[in-house]
Amino acid sequence: MTPGRLDRALLGVALLLIAYGMVTLYSAGQTDVVTNAEGVWTRQFVWIGVGLVAGFVAFKTSFRFIEWLAPAAYVLGILLLVAVLFIGTGAGTAAGTKSWLAIGGMRIGQPAEFAKLVTVLMLARHLSSLKEPPRTLRDLWPSGLIIGLPFLLVMAQPDLGSALVFVGIFFAMLFWAGVRPRLLFMVISPAVSLIAAAATWSWLVWIVLVVALMVIWRPYIWESVAVIGLNFATGVGALVLWNRLAAYQQNRLISFLNPEADPRGAGYHLIQSKTAIGSGGWFGAGYTDGPQKRLAFLPEQHTDFVFSVVGEELGFVGVLIALLLFLALFLILVRVARRAADPFSSLVVFGILGLWITHVFENVGMTVNLMPITGIPLPFFSYGGSFFIICSICLGLALRASWDARLAGYMDI
Amino acid sequence: MNGFDSYQLRQRATAARFLLSFIFIVLIGAFFRTQILQHDRYQLRAETNRLRPIPLEPPRGPILDRKGEVIAENLPGFAIKLFAPSRDSLRAVLERFAAVVPIDSADREDIAERWAAARYQPVLVLGDASFATMSRVEEHRPALPGLIIQSEPKRFYPQGRAVAHLVGYVGEVNERDLEEERYPGAVAGSIVGKAGLERSYDSVVRGETGVRYVEVNARGRLVRDDVPTGRLPPVQGAPLQTTIDLDLQRFIDSIWPPGVRGAMIAMTPKGEIRALYSAPSYDPNLFVGGISSRDWRALNDDENKPLLNRAINGGYPPASPFKLATAAMGLKRGLVGMRTRMPLPCRGGYQLGNRYFRCWKKEGHGNLDLIGAVAQSCDVYFYQLGLRIGLANMLEDGVSMGFSGRSGVDLPSEWASFYPGTLEYFDDRYGPRNWSAPATTLNFSIGQGENTQTLMNMVQFYAAMAGNGIEVAPFVVAQRDATQHSLGLNEEQLLGLRRSLIEVVQAGTAAASRQRALTMGGKTGTAQNAHGKDHGWFIGFAPADQPVLVVGSIMEAAEHGSWVGPYVAQALSRYVLGPDTSGVRPYLPLTPAVRDSAPRAIETTDSGPRPIPPATPDSSLIQPEPPR
Repeated sequence: MTPGRLDRALLGVALLLIAYGMVTLYSAGQTDVVTNAEGVWTRQFVWIGVGLVAGFVAFKTSFRFIEWLAPAAYVLGILLLVAVLFIGTGAGTAAGTKSWLAIGGMRIGQPAEFAKLVTVLMLARHLSSLKEPPRTLRDLWPSGLIIGLPFLLVMAQPDLGSALVFVGIFFAMLFWAGVRPRLLFMVISPAVSLIAAAATWSWLVWIVLVVALMVIWRPYIWESVAVIGLNFATGVGALVLWNRLAAYQQNRLISFLNPEADPRGAGYHLIQSKTAIGSGGWFGAGYTDGPQKRLAFLPEQHTDFVFSVVGEELGFVGVLIALLLFLALFLILVRVARRAADPFSSLVVFGILGLWITHVFENVGMTVNLMPITGIPLPFFSYGGSFFIICSICLGLALRASWDARLAGYMDI
Repeated sequence: MNGFDSYQLRQRATAARFLLSFIFIVLIGAFFRTQILQHDRYQLRAETNRLRPIPLEPPRGPILDRKGEVIAENLPGFAIKLFAPSRDSLRAVLERFAAVVPIDSADREDIAERWAAARYQPVLVLGDASFATMSRVEEHRPALPGLIIQSEPKRFYPQGRAVAHLVGYVGEVNERDLEEERYPGAVAGSIVGKAGLERSYDSVVRGETGVRYVEVNARGRLVRDDVPTGRLPPVQGAPLQTTIDLDLQRFIDSIWPPGVRGAMIAMTPKGEIRALYSAPSYDPNLFVGGISSRDWRALNDDENKPLLNRAINGGYPPASPFKLATAAMGLKRGLVGMRTRMPLPCRGGYQLGNRYFRCWKKEGHGNLDLIGAVAQSCDVYFYQLGLRIGLANMLEDGVSMGFSGRSGVDLPSEWASFYPGTLEYFDDRYGPRNWSAPATTLNFSIGQGENTQTLMNMVQFYAAMAGNGIEVAPFVVAQRDATQHSLGLNEEQLLGLRRSLIEVVQAGTAAASRQRALTMGGKTGTAQNAHGKDHGWFIGFAPADQPVLVVGSIMEAAEHGSWVGPYVAQALSRYVLGPDTSGVRPYLPLTPAVRDSAPRAIETTDSGPRPIPPATPDSSLIQPEPPR
């Protein structure tokens, strides 16, 4: 192994993001009011240490071994998700949910994060074992099952944010496996119908569109019937589903649409976050000097809303740098996936991309009201052990995939 | 697996790159919108989040007398306020505060109430702290989170009680004031004028409230109290130049008989008020920095009603001073001249149908002309004059002379004097057949009946007689009401009326008020009081030939106007002759040569209570019964 085979661009961008995250996390703890963000950056060093070891181990592990291990890891992940429903505890703002696995009162991790990784591995193993990419809805059944299990278990916690990540992974990997976009559209259309059902007119437009596409694309008759039927079912079922959502989930969705509806309650986080970001302007209030953060107006400034600290203190320029680093990371991952030595490692890398992009878009998007508020961490920035270790392993896997590709001489494809 | 050949992968990679770029363009766009396009909005929001405005009270403009002497000014003072995120935390801090500066629990409750009314504002704890108190509190600052000490000028009235009803007092604006926008520009916590000149000229003297900011955290706790941004210094109010003669005002206060309720007004014939005094008085300095609940109760519960401004808010039957109005009506209508005698001489009464209306003097005055009738205050003469004018004309002329309604003085909440305008009033009140016009006429002609005047209104009428016969709205600063009432008399007639009033003092009912050094004119009166001893009137002017000042006074339960006269005489002398009192007779012993209608000697000292003289007859023997 020569140093030339290490993907320096990937490692460099990742290390820059980790450094940026640490710098931001330090600032998040600098407040005039005692908050629980104080000193978390020193603890994050421990997680970075653990994460580097885990990442290095992942980097040193053969993809063949990982492929072999995937089913067992997946089953373990599912079992942990089941276990957490029975013995899980809440934490922080989501104290009412069951997302933490705790033994003897000590929280040792969030199984959902682990499940995201092993689901990527399992789905990659399944898809790479197929002769042809799935062409019909029926072909998608095994994939749907692999994703559907953890998705439903995470929804049961309930953790809508993490559940969405599974959806992101699902579509990213199916796309990369060569599933035709129109099939992906058919799969996702009932979900769109669910959202469109918020208003009668938008739902009608959507149904007309779906029926028209079914006529134009001419899939199997039973596929058309299933898709249109599901669209109707979700559209009609939207109301039922809405009533089944927990009150805090409803509030989050309402305040996503209209944050001012309840400025002291559900809309508070969003308003304070937008205020912090908006007051940053071009260059921000200066590193560690953001008044919104200092005076504790900004909630969860070391976890869910860590990106608002960047916005307030470093301004649009700081935000732009962070987002361009993420974009660079993702474009590199696309390259790594494309040049990967085998379909399994390629799908794993693209699955990791799907995982991260969903996290970044959800987390960063919610700080400026592009997405509803879901408690989901920002890779490399948010304080937290489980997710950072998972991200490190993902990074190690991606580096390994790139290494293998270069070793196999796929440099110039 | 199929689908992983390089051509297909390149296609998908390109699509993925496009999709990723699109996602990031959306994100960057959202941040550009929030941070750059909507920056101002969120900047403002961030500042309103963390910066709390603290109003800075402006120093009120000084109030000066006509020579520039100070009626109201400001002294340096300190306001101690507390900034509290919650009621419990306020209570806790007040607890500790009370250990430094004692505050009793009732006041602590008041403070908590005030805090609840405006919980994002610092609540006033001590409005009037001395330097020593301030220093002591400052020492304990670490134990008193949210403490705000502001140097706030406090109002001071050097003349205290002598000017109370004139200058009024100040207080914190209350919720109702703000709702009804009684004080334009005032905000919660502003100090505004609540009575007197402070009230009517509040907008002039209040100045502009300044502002500074303190920084608070998300829990509402004070973090920094010296934020330099947005500081706006308060602007002092403009000085208020008045027409008041403080020397005269103080003098009236010094000679006023202790324990006597009443009022005195000094006014030039042009309507400039030189002094306005009401008794009993109070110390307006009590109100500065918030009056204590004990003092407020004491002022309100006092049966003498010290807060009542009797000069403009007390209504009294005008009684004999009103005879001049009857005389003016007769002269104006050409029904009498100054030398006109009435058909019946005064034999102690007047027979009207089956009723006998007495004159105040049982023995009768004999045959008098108008001058004599005024001098002797002869009721019988005025009964006949009233009948000659007629009731309808008397009502009409009384209204045109300004007896109905307010004088229009530039002081707040003046009481509107009552005088019926037409005969219908009696029909409505008593029924068309239940009253008799002639009997009513008799009552009205001597200032009795349904006629209630404020001292201000009566002095205004006398000022017109002493001047050019035009009643103008009296004023302390500037004429607010342009309405004028003409008495409709020519120069000669006015001179005649003044001569008759001089006669009152020289030889008539007010001879006791005569001053060696100064000839003056005036009229006594005794207003019947259903609840006790009669009230005494005296309204006079000086010097006799060219009046420069009219002084009127009412003293409740004084029993007779001649008892009031000397005080008015002293005030006139003080003003016309100055503080040099060599020619003034401050003490008024009466000689037996003076008519028996005059009061007997009054023992006076400057400090002790003056005895109220024994009852003496005047023109008020007819009871103000409903006329038949």
